[in-house]
Amino acid sequence: MDEAQDNHAIITKKKPSANQDISDELDLKIKKYLRGEAASFEDLKDRKLKRQLSVREELYGNAAKAAAKAEKWLMPNEGGYLEAEGIEKTWRIKQEAIAKEVGLVNLRNQYDIVLPDLGPYTLDFTSSGRYMAVGGRKGHLGIVDMINLNLIKEIQVAETVRDVVFLHNELFFAAAQKKFVYMYNRDGTEIRCLREHGAALKLQFLKNHFLLASVNKFGQLHYQDITMGEIVGNFRTGLGRTNVMQVNPFNAVVGLGHAGGTVTMWKPTSSAPLVKMLCHHGPVSALAFHPNGHLMATAGKEKRIKLWDLRKFEPLQTLTGHANTLDFSQKGLLACGVGSFVQVLNDVSGTQNYSKYMTHSMAKGYQIGRLAFRPYEDVLAIGHSMGWSSILIPGAGEPNFDTWVANPFETSKQRREKEVRSLLDKLPPETIMLDPSKIGTVKSTYREKPTKQEREAEVEAAVEAAKGTKLKNKTKGRNKPGKKIQKKQDAIARVKRPYLEEKINEEQKISHKKQKTGENIDLPKSLQRFARKKSS
Amino acid sequence: MKVKVISRSVDEFTRERSQDLQRVFRNYDPNLRTQEKAVEYVRALNAVKLDKIFARPFIGAMDGHIDGVSCMAKNPTQLKWIFSGAMDGDIRLWDIASRRTVCQFPGHQGAVRGLTVSTDGRMLVSCGTDCTVRLWNTSVDNLMELGHSTKNSVEPASVHVGKNAFLAVDHQWDGELFATAGAQVDIWNHNRSEPINSFQWGTDSVISVRFNPGEPNLLVASASDRGIMLYDLRMATPVTKMIMMTKTNSIAWNPMEPINFTAANEDGNCYSYDARKLDEAKCVHTDHVSAVMDIDYSPTGREFVTGSYDRTVRLFHYNSGHSREIYHTKRMQRVFCVKFSGDGSYVISGSDDTNLRLWKAKASEQLGVVLPRERKKHEYHAAIKKRYMHLPEVKRIARHRHLPKPIYKAAALMRAMADARKRKQERRKAHSAPGSITTQPLRRRRIIKEVE
Repeated sequence: MDEAQDNHAIITKKKPSANQDISDELDLKIKKYLRGEAASFEDLKDRKLKRQLSVREELYGNAAKAAAKAEKWLMPNEGGYLEAEGIEKTWRIKQEAIAKEVGLVNLRNQYDIVLPDLGPYTLDFTSSGRYMAVGGRKGHLGIVDMINLNLIKEIQVAETVRDVVFLHNELFFAAAQKKFVYMYNRDGTEIRCLREHGAALKLQFLKNHFLLASVNKFGQLHYQDITMGEIVGNFRTGLGRTNVMQVNPFNAVVGLGHAGGTVTMWKPTSSAPLVKMLCHHGPVSALAFHPNGHLMATAGKEKRIKLWDLRKFEPLQTLTGHANTLDFSQKGLLACGVGSFVQVLNDVSGTQNYSKYMTHSMAKGYQIGRLAFRPYEDVLAIGHSMGWSSILIPGAGEPNFDTWVANPFETSKQRREKEVRSLLDKLPPETIMLDPSKIGTVKSTYREKPTKQEREAEVEAAVEAAKGTKLKNKTKGRNKPGKKIQKKQDAIARVKRPYLEEKINEEQKISHKKQKTGENIDLPKSLQRFARKKSS
Repeated sequence: MKVKVISRSVDEFTRERSQDLQRVFRNYDPNLRTQEKAVEYVRALNAVKLDKIFARPFIGAMDGHIDGVSCMAKNPTQLKWIFSGAMDGDIRLWDIASRRTVCQFPGHQGAVRGLTVSTDGRMLVSCGTDCTVRLWNTSVDNLMELGHSTKNSVEPASVHVGKNAFLAVDHQWDGELFATAGAQVDIWNHNRSEPINSFQWGTDSVISVRFNPGEPNLLVASASDRGIMLYDLRMATPVTKMIMMTKTNSIAWNPMEPINFTAANEDGNCYSYDARKLDEAKCVHTDHVSAVMDIDYSPTGREFVTGSYDRTVRLFHYNSGHSREIYHTKRMQRVFCVKFSGDGSYVISGSDDTNLRLWKAKASEQLGVVLPRERKKHEYHAAIKKRYMHLPEVKRIARHRHLPKPIYKAAALMRAMADARKRKQERRKAHSAPGSITTQPLRRRRIIKEVE
């Protein structure tokens, strides 16, 4: 009987712990959707406003909760993974071994396209990951549909091609060629020649703002609005030629890596960089941003790969190794490529501590020029000197896409509708800033009291200024050295006066307060006659 | 080794037949939507701009009267009917949908000053400066019959003659009494030719009278001695009287909070009062630059409409100090009467230029059948506007209204005068003994005294 009761007790004890786990998991999910902490209304004096804001906060909480709960139904697909068993190590697992385990559909994503004559190749994906643009150095441009691996169009421009980038959808792409940047449509027709950019080395497209950013041979950074054709910004970096350029997807700030080891971050509305940080002791060879915008990876020629916290601008981790190209996947895997060797790093613990996850070596002699994770797929595309290749990296892509954000299975009608919508929501260039969540918040005008040192410095500066003023020559008798000294002293005293008065006022206030608090204390009878009399 | 790779078959994500709907997948992860705040801000900005583009509040004018429109009454049982009375003694029934006269009620010799309809919609009461109160039978069958015949005028059911001119009339919400205002407040019954009760406080004439929608025996009246009086029909004497600095032209009870009423004052402001506490207004609604002539609450109780002598109609939120909307046209003259439609979506104004005008209560609202997708979009826009309404650019666009030049100038002048008064008061306070001068809040400043 007792035993049964005990068992019962254990069961009832265990049950809440299981519930606890579920609620913890839900809390974690909710946190993702909450977009930061709730504001505190402690100091708020306006009760009406306090109430309104707290109601609103509650609504946000409910929305996040609903989103977290709906995840189960809306996002049924689980992400990919690779787990080692026993003494296996994940980075020793070869692509061939993975090929044996995965389905036929995924096998199509492991291939090498060998085009020895026109390389090295660079590539770019559309935001949905459906289409890939490739550009061979010797003038070979092409668009590939990645679902059925159809070559949609290929053209030969008979000119050096340094970079290709898709514009807002797969219908248009831009190529940085020998002298100018050109825009092509899907049929290979040249639409525009963007002469202002000059001989661009690297292109990036800011899809929320419809801005095409380029950095050219002379280290000039250009921003062009591709809807109206207007040049929004044209800045000289003044830090030399570079082809290390990457857009931070979180805030659309453009990062440039320079030969001096500095990384600069730019926005189209200021001619000076927002941030200039010394990252390496040698030239910066590659740069990549994590999709959540808080993490940056840089590679230097001095054989270091560094991970940076972009909220504090501090290095989180330094790894040894070269990298000519870096790329973050949607789930935060970091791919580094050098020579004919690809290494993928993973943040296993979730504490931004990256360690080796997978490696892949290509045929000897291939020079990797560009790595790009395909969005919404576990695929890494490699552009190299002999063509391009594709390998499987389990766990790289976001398993659930959103039809309204990026749809790999978009029909032409949906694409047209999306184009119109995205044009309606086109952001002005002013919205590019380091912390985009600042938009819609109030600029605080509250200024703290100046510290003692600051005040002293202010007084000193005022005194110096008073001393420096030159006195006018006065009439005879009033121009004696003694008078002059007197006048100067007077001027100094006059300048000091407001500060002193302020100080006295404050002291009085403090002493008044002290007295007030002191009044209530009962003094011993002998001392009471010295206490301040209360005014009746 | 355990391995899994994302694999999607095309069939799973596309439709089978062309008749099928496209499949939609959602992922609300904030990382997929970068810069969502900026995007929302741009959308909010576009939404306010669209509001401005679509703001066409004027629907049409109803003309037919040959003198200024002095009063209106809405039929509680018929959404599309409205009665109006003019200064020449003409009373008309209008069909709002077609904006035509249904029929006329001839008989008054002078101006019609008050119109009201009984709650069941069967009886129209009118009164005027010819010292008569006329009752008209306005049951639906009766009027429909008339609409089909060629003769479209109605004979009064009864005519009561009083000693003095009548200035206002209002029907009890739940019962068959009605009250007229003139030299005194008279309470009448449908079946009697003499008032069953009358109240008097002072010698001045009573301008307006309004029954409480919640408590049928309570009524509020305003007099030309600048007073607002509360009467209870069960008592022999008035309950309370409060005297303001300027007279109150019209009063409306909030139908959803029947303890509160708003008084349209001669000084251009409206004052919302709690009937239990008349020593301080709950809210002062400023913006009109001339006397407010009439006021009417929306059936939702959230907003009210005012018509003013400055030739504009304004819409106020029930607890905000400034108007949400201003309506004016070049041809509209002094507005003497305004009414909210029974469903709260239209506003009707009657003015000195012999016309009734029909306005939308929400200037940029889409009329007609709204498809579900459209409705959803409107809701999204409303929510996003609400969220970003405090940002300067959004606020500026949302607040901006084109004003007729005289009103713009008068408003600026009044602002300058108010500022000067305030400055003077501050200086006076600074230069006199501390505590000897106290500043009254505006909610209290215009009240002279309260008499029990």
